Amino acid sequence: MTVLARGDDPPEPPATGGTHPPRPPMAPAPGAAPLRRMIAAQATLETRTLLRNGEQLLLTLVVPLLLLAAFGLEPLVNFGAGLSRIDFLTPGIIALAVMSTAFTSQAIATGFERRYGVLKRLGATPLSRPGLIAAKTATVIAVELLQGALILIVALAIGWRPDASAAAIVVVPLLILLGTAAFSGLGLLMAGTLRAEATLAGANLVYIVLLGVGGVIFPLAKFPAGARPVLELLPTGALSTGLRSVLQQGSAFPVGNAVTLMIWAAVAITAAARTFKWD
Amino acid sequence: MLMKHKQLAGFSTSGVVLSTLVEAADRDYRLYVLRTAPRIPRSRPAMSCRAGSSRGGPGSSTPPRYAGCCHRRLASVSTVPQIPAVEIGRLVKRYGQTTAVDGLTLSAARGAVTGILGPNGAGKTTTVEICEGYRKPDQGTVRVLGLNPVRDARALRPRVGVMLQSGGIPPSVPAADYLNLMSKFHAHPVAVPALLDLVGLTTVARTPYKRLSGGQQQRLSLAAAVIGRPELVFLDEPTSGMDPQARRATWELIGQLRSAGVSIILTTHFMEEAERLCDYVAIIDHGQLVAAGTPGQLTGTVGQLRFRAEPGLDIESLLAALPPASLAKESPAGHYVIEVHGAVDPLLLAAVTAWCAERDVLANSLRIESRTLEDVFLELTGKELRP
Repeated sequence: MTVLARGDDPPEPPATGGTHPPRPPMAPAPGAAPLRRMIAAQATLETRTLLRNGEQLLLTLVVPLLLLAAFGLEPLVNFGAGLSRIDFLTPGIIALAVMSTAFTSQAIATGFERRYGVLKRLGATPLSRPGLIAAKTATVIAVELLQGALILIVALAIGWRPDASAAAIVVVPLLILLGTAAFSGLGLLMAGTLRAEATLAGANLVYIVLLGVGGVIFPLAKFPAGARPVLELLPTGALSTGLRSVLQQGSAFPVGNAVTLMIWAAVAITAAARTFKWD
Repeated sequence: MLMKHKQLAGFSTSGVVLSTLVEAADRDYRLYVLRTAPRIPRSRPAMSCRAGSSRGGPGSSTPPRYAGCCHRRLASVSTVPQIPAVEIGRLVKRYGQTTAVDGLTLSAARGAVTGILGPNGAGKTTTVEICEGYRKPDQGTVRVLGLNPVRDARALRPRVGVMLQSGGIPPSVPAADYLNLMSKFHAHPVAVPALLDLVGLTTVARTPYKRLSGGQQQRLSLAAAVIGRPELVFLDEPTSGMDPQARRATWELIGQLRSAGVSIILTTHFMEEAERLCDYVAIIDHGQLVAAGTPGQLTGTVGQLRFRAEPGLDIESLLAALPPASLAKESPAGHYVIEVHGAVDPLLLAAVTAWCAERDVLANSLRIESRTLEDVFLELTGKELRP
């Protein structure tokens, strides 16, 4: 406390330094950062948050890798005569990984961001909504690359020998991208309209159901003949079947599955964009 | 002290007019800041304006803010002072059958701290969120830094800092990580370590948001609102949930922002906070403006001079010795009260003591009082509890 008597000079401000950082300037100097830097910062934080979250890791990494190892090593399911278990499993597990990240994980994370007002608060920053969507997409792709690398290592170690044409190097990423778009659209549709708890429950339920009927572990051929075309029209069925036909059966491009995923993506993204509530 | 009296003496002459204006404020929508005191440029560093935060509460002898403490450095010379920070005209917002904001008109000056006061449900948050671009008005106009908060959102977002009433921060993210993120959104952000230090969060920099105390969470949210060096910040109940130490630190930060030339709009229902921080206060209730002015104007509309003496003094003769429009009463016996519009000035005090001296009356316990902002607030918004 400073006591001034009449005639005193005003006190000098205390010297900064020592243990305290200098007092920061507060004078207005507004300005948005370049969009690229904003997206990179947001995506980095989201990726780090996801990778630190135990439940999310369980969904995106532990379950797919565990299923790959368990069903790949032990004859738990008869995939059909003359086929290698791991050759059948790997494309399905890749489809499961895409669904877990783009749909389940993204829906739950975004649903809670909405509940906690995080999306509302971000709306007041220079990061635009398209910028935020771009950051979320970058986050999903980063996690998928990590998943892909780990699945590849485990599958090759178990003995996976993909039977694919050269075109697979382009077609597989394309199918994964289409699947990511379709699942992201569905996940954001759910997160933007339902309560966070409902999204949590719903996204997990869909994950379990599509794990069962999406051609991930259990061949769609095992389902009744009438059900099979319908299951192949579901996004998980379309992605797993498409990947399997490229990686296991050596086909060049599964047009039907690609078109199915494209339609899912278009419908889901449009619906999400129209209905999404930010707060 | 001298300054205060001069200031208030000048003020009392307009006191009658002023109180009429305040009473008529809900009818007359054009009551703006009546800040007329000249601004004296002073070459002391911006830090010295921290005196602003030590401005005392009721009864303190510190000069009113508009008299002694508004010489902040206008650091960004490029800002056009003519355009108000916020200008709201006949704003209406309805939610179904409820009218949250009902014809509100308000103007907040650049570089000033403007407080929006009101009971729960008065429409404070709705008003602020319309200014922030979160909601669209049903009727009326809103201009923020001269721009439309919805249509010009893209241009406004870098220039405006926002602190929501609650939440907005991911629970598992550490304080420093969150500020790092926010700093990356801006071209010239405040350095994160310095800002953490300023809001007293250095020791909990690695603590996730959800494990911070309520007051720490509020301070992190405040830091995020100012990290981008905005021209204008909206603070929705910035000190709710804070202990007295944190509240004082926050007041200090708000004082620093003001000294640096930042315009601040805050909502609060702490009257002491409004009285200390705000250059200008708007009291709203049921979505309407019920009073507006500087805290001094609002509390100073009635000044009281009280003393104790023998019962039965000649009130009529006392009144005759006082300036016109004064009021004198003995209530209860032996307790004398003289009320004037505006503040009690030295002339009134001299008149009363001279009158006493002539009659050989000793005025005991002589004191000069004015109402607190809380008195005014309760008078205007009633005492019944709000939902």
